[in-house]
Amino acid sequence: MQIVFKTSYDQDINLLSKTGEYIRVTLVVLLMLAAPLFLDAYYLSELGLLLVYVIAGVGLMILTGFTGQVSFGHAAFLGIGAYCHSILLTAGVPFTVSIILTTTFTGLIGMMIGRSASRMHGFYLAVATLAFLIIIETVLGEWTSLTGGYAGLAVPELQIFGYYLSELWQQYYVDLALTLFVVWGAANLLRSPTGRSFLAVRDSELSARSLGVNVEWVKIQSFGVSAAITGLAGVLLAHHLSYLAPETFGVLESLKLLLMIVVGGLGSIPGAIFGAIFVSLLPVILSLLRDVLPEAMSQQAGLEPMFFGLIIVLFVVFEPDGINGRWRKLLHFFETFPYYRKASFVRQKSYLKTERMR
Amino acid sequence: MLPFDDVIRLTIIGISQGCAYALIALGFVLIYKATEVVNFAHGDFMMFGGFAVLTFSEGFGLGFWPGLVCACLAMGLAGYLVDSLIMRRIIGQSQASIFILTVAFGFVLRSAAGMIWGWSPLSLDTPFDGETSFSGITVGTERFAIVGATIVLCFALYAFFARSRLGVAMQASSQNQLAAYYMGIPVRRLVSLVWALAAVIATIAGAFMAPVTQLDTSTGFLGIKALSGAIVGGFGSIPGTILGCLLIGVIEPFSDYYFPAIKGVSAYIVMLVVLFVRPDGLVVQTFRKKV
Repeated sequence: MQIVFKTSYDQDINLLSKTGEYIRVTLVVLLMLAAPLFLDAYYLSELGLLLVYVIAGVGLMILTGFTGQVSFGHAAFLGIGAYCHSILLTAGVPFTVSIILTTTFTGLIGMMIGRSASRMHGFYLAVATLAFLIIIETVLGEWTSLTGGYAGLAVPELQIFGYYLSELWQQYYVDLALTLFVVWGAANLLRSPTGRSFLAVRDSELSARSLGVNVEWVKIQSFGVSAAITGLAGVLLAHHLSYLAPETFGVLESLKLLLMIVVGGLGSIPGAIFGAIFVSLLPVILSLLRDVLPEAMSQQAGLEPMFFGLIIVLFVVFEPDGINGRWRKLLHFFETFPYYRKASFVRQKSYLKTERMR
Repeated sequence: MLPFDDVIRLTIIGISQGCAYALIALGFVLIYKATEVVNFAHGDFMMFGGFAVLTFSEGFGLGFWPGLVCACLAMGLAGYLVDSLIMRRIIGQSQASIFILTVAFGFVLRSAAGMIWGWSPLSLDTPFDGETSFSGITVGTERFAIVGATIVLCFALYAFFARSRLGVAMQASSQNQLAAYYMGIPVRRLVSLVWALAAVIATIAGAFMAPVTQLDTSTGFLGIKALSGAIVGGFGSIPGTILGCLLIGVIEPFSDYYFPAIKGVSAYIVMLVVLFVRPDGLVVQTFRKKV
């Protein structure tokens, strides 16, 4: 059993409150830094892609997990980020300037969406963002002169301050640096007044308003930050794909992002990371399942979407807190070893909370 | 400019398409009013229902109408089970979880349908194949069948909710669940029954849409358009829903004709415009609580 002694007020707002967390986070960061030493090219590029999805997941997590606004259109921000960055690079803008411009641009679009979204609620928002996504996908496909249309758009090579970073490990370190920055920034945001007002709006708009939080402005901020981070993920994703097509940023991609944060655990930054790991491992799990199943079933065409769907259904029904919730229970079990009680995590009985009167 | 005949023809097609959307959207609204869950798998329920009609009417050789009734019963049972086994457990969870759950459920249904009936489109023989022409305008008979089915169903539903004991109990539990419990209404069973009812409506929609769209695993995507129609009208009110769906249905063929670049997207653009101007749809159903 571990007891936390509080010896200073700073401990209340520290990012990592327990020694165990320090050790785990340091280990993970060291492991990620050392990864190019012992991983071969394929796994390294997969790991880089995983980091990109961590960034996108953190972006969506800020909006959906922390502010409670469901967005089904986040693949659109990913797409806008990727396209905007490639177009700027092709026009000769340096990488560092382009990445800042792109992030600002997607952030501004996010704020514009947030401006109108701040008056919608619940699933209206989900469907409106879904429509936004479909429209953006169509625009990316039809605006041939700018985006290359359905034929696609080639992404220029990664080049920072005049140095070409064409090796995999160089690209990996760029991904890693930005991921660490985003995760650290998001964790910091959440302990700031802005982040706390996000949580207040998620838990109850009514009480947030009563406490003097400007709910509309908070939603706009949240949309802006979330879209900017997702746009940043889009920039990195563009360099991983090296060839952009509008279909890449469709409804399935959005579903993948949402799946990530729901399976990872809504409302926690580790949840976004767990979710990204899960989504990256999913194809591997599915191909393993294919081997286990009898021939007649494994040859069926629609097996992948079916398992995809079933896994989500099972997660939402049986482990609503996601992988992160399971992980916390496991930690709790070891920390309080002989005294673990299941009841400490049992959810209260919930009745329908209407949104028609809010 | 379009010749007058074509305007009439496109309008008729638009109205019948709008009625089809309304038929689908009715199921969304029913479930939403009862449980505040938006069932994104509803379009796939419709697709599955259409295939079920095919199996009963042609596979078992029952003919169209008996096959439709059998398929409705089977799908109703399936809807009941979906609620009592899955959806009931997640009441009170965040909108994101519910949303992703129903979307995922749609995926499962779609691939199940593909595995059972194959991935290529099938056609269903209905009594309203063929064409009707009057004063030089020719439109498929199935278009009129859809309009007729929508009108009949709307009146049946209205009578059910306004007159029958079960319907009034459903209304009560949708307005205030806890109070309905206190009044001794079996809320859980009623909610499952609402799901069954929605599945039945979806099956009817699937059967009547079959001549227009063919039976295909991807017809579930029509559900999203029906949903945007319902949102334009203001989700939760049945007259508003029908109005919104008709609006979308009529605008769609014309905008596809004039702006082929945005073919298929116009419904969403209309919805976004309406949401920007009136965030709660044309017929407002939500009320802000005053502090």
